[in-house]
Amino acid sequence: MATKAVRAKKLKVAIRGPGKTAIKLTVNGETHELLIEPRRTLLNALRKDLGLTGTKKACDEGTCGTCTVLLEGKPIYACMALAIECDGKSVETIESLSKDGQLHPIQRAFIAEDALQCGFCTPGQIMSVKALLDENPNPTLDDVKRVLSGNLCRCGAYPKLFQAALRAADLVRTGR
Amino acid sequence: MRTFEHVNAPDVQTAVALLGEASTEAIAGGTDLLGELKARLRSPQRLVNLKTLAGLQEISYSPKAGLRLGALVTLAEIERHPIIQERFPILAQAAASAATPQLRNMGTIGGNLCQKPRCWYYRNKLFECWLKGGDKCFAEDGENKYHAILGADRCHAVHPSDLAPALIALDATLRVVGPDLDGELSLEELYTKPTESRRQMTILGPGELITDIRVPIPKNGSRGVYLKTMERQSWSFALVSVAAQMNFAGERIADARVVLGGVAAIPWRARDSERILIGQRFSEGLAERAVEAAVAGAQPLRDNEYKVSLAKALVKRVIIDLCSTTD
Ligand SMILES: Cc1cc2nc3c(=O)[nH]c(=O)nc-3n(C[C@@H](O)[C@@H](O)[C@H](O)COP(=O)(O)OP(=O)(O)OC[C@H]3O[C@@H](n4cnc5c(N)ncnc54)[C@H](O)[C@@H]3O)c2cc1C
Ligand code: SF4
Repeated sequence: MATKAVRAKKLKVAIRGPGKTAIKLTVNGETHELLIEPRRTLLNALRKDLGLTGTKKACDEGTCGTCTVLLEGKPIYACMALAIECDGKSVETIESLSKDGQLHPIQRAFIAEDALQCGFCTPGQIMSVKALLDENPNPTLDDVKRVLSGNLCRCGAYPKLFQAALRAADLVRTGR
Repeated sequence: MRTFEHVNAPDVQTAVALLGEASTEAIAGGTDLLGELKARLRSPQRLVNLKTLAGLQEISYSPKAGLRLGALVTLAEIERHPIIQERFPILAQAAASAATPQLRNMGTIGGNLCQKPRCWYYRNKLFECWLKGGDKCFAEDGENKYHAILGADRCHAVHPSDLAPALIALDATLRVVGPDLDGELSLEELYTKPTESRRQMTILGPGELITDIRVPIPKNGSRGVYLKTMERQSWSFALVSVAAQMNFAGERIADARVVLGGVAAIPWRARDSERILIGQRFSEGLAERAVEAAVAGAQPLRDNEYKVSLAKALVKRVIIDLCSTTD
C-alpha cells in the first residue's frame, strides 16, 4: 500500500500518494474500501471506482451543480472535493433514494410536476431538495429557490423545479 | 490535475513546517485551489490538508472578547449562525451572498480571504501574464469588464472575496502563524497591491497560515449593511460590493467604515468618504460628497466604466440605509 509513515524534515506525518492509497468511503449506507490517488475527486471516485454514474459530471469546476451529493448530510459539489479528504465520511447519492423499486417522494414529485426536460441536472437538483427536506420539512418557496440556487438547469425548468420541491415536501410531510 | 502527495495536518506547527517546503500548498475547502490545480496554473507536489486541524473549526462569542472564527469555519456556518446574524449582520449577509449553498458548505473563511483573483487571463494557463511572472497584463488593453477601477498599477485584477470587505468594515483582526509572521494583524494589513517583487494580493509568504479571525463587538447602536451587485442573483462574484458599518451619537455619525469590493486589487477602504461622514448629520449633500469621494481618482478601463456608476449608487444607498434606520 502506498500509505507510508515518512519523516518529512523530521516531522512524523503520514504522507500518502502520489500513487494509490486506501480510503474508506461510506456511500449510501455501505462502506467501501477504495484504492485511489490523492488527486481523485469524490466525483470520479463515485463514477469510476464505484460505478455510481447517477451523479453527473459536466463543468468539473463548481459552476453547474450536476455533481451535487450529500457529504455528512450536507450538499456539496463532488467535483470540488478530493476523495481522500472524504476518507471515513459518509456520502449520499441519487442512487440511495429509491427503495425496493419504489421511487422516493421527491422523485415522484419531479415526475408529477414534469420538472425536467433533458434531465441531466436532475440528480443534482433532487439531492439539493433532499438536503432541504431533511432539515426543513416545511419549506417556503423562497427556501426552495435558495437551496436550488447552486444547481443550474440549462433547459430552464425552474418554475417546475420549485413546484416539484414544494409538492415533494407535501408528500414527505404527509407520509405519502 | 497532476498527481500530488497528500498529508493531513495534525497540528498548526506541523502544518507550518510542512508548508515551508518547496512545491507544497495548503488546502482548506479546496473550492478555489482545486480550480487552480485543474487548470494547471500550479502543480504542487504536495498538498497539506488543513481541515484536520482541531481547534480551528469553531465559532465562539463572548460579550467581552467578541467574535472568534477559526480559519476553517465554513461560509455556511457563518451565514446561519444566530449571533452573527444578530450582532454582525454584514458578515452574515456577505457570506450568504457568496457562491452557492454547496460551495458555502465547502468553502472556509481562511480560504475565502486568501483566494486568488478571478481575472480570466490569470485563470487561463495559456496567458503568462504579469501576475504569474510574465511581462504583460493582458487585461489592460484586453477584455476588462470585471477588472479594477481604483488604484491599479501593473495588475488590474480585483480581489474577489465577499467576506473581506465586510470583515474590514467590522475592524477584524487575524492571527497568523508562520516562519516570518507570527502574531496578530488587522485584516486590512493582510492585503497589498501586487508589486514587482511580490506578485500577489496578500502579504502571506510560504508556510504562513491564518489560524483565526477576531471581530470586536460593534459599539451600541452601531449598524451595518452589505450590498453586492452581481450579474445574477446567485453564483456570481461581486461586480461591485460595499460593506459599511456606522455608529451614531444622537443624530450625528460618530464613526463610519466604508469598504468596497470588486473595484481594486485589495478591499478598498473609502477613507475620504469616511472622513466626510464622521461628525456630521445626514443630508443629501453630505451623502453626495461622500459618494464622489469614494470614486475620486477612478481610472476605468475600456469595458468597466459601469463600475464607477455602480460604486456610486451602492455607496449612496448604504449611507441612506444606515442613516435612516431607526433602532
Ligand atoms: C463557481 C464559484 C463561485 C464563487 N463565488 C464566490 C463569491 O461570490 N464570493 C466569494 O467571496 N467567493 C466565491 N468563490 C470563491 C470560493 O472559493 C471561496 O468563497 C471559498 O471561501 C474559498 O475557501 P476554501 O476553503 O475552499 O479555499 P481553498 O481553495 O482551500 O484555498 C484557497 C487558497 O487559500 C489558501 N488558504 C486556505 N486556508 C488558508 C489559511 N487558513 N491560511 C492561509 N492560507 C489559506 C490555500 O492555500 C489556497 O491558496 C467562488 C468559487 C467558485 C468555484
Ligand atoms: S489583470 Fe492581473 S491577473 Fe489579469 S492579466 Fe493583468 S496582470 Fe494578469
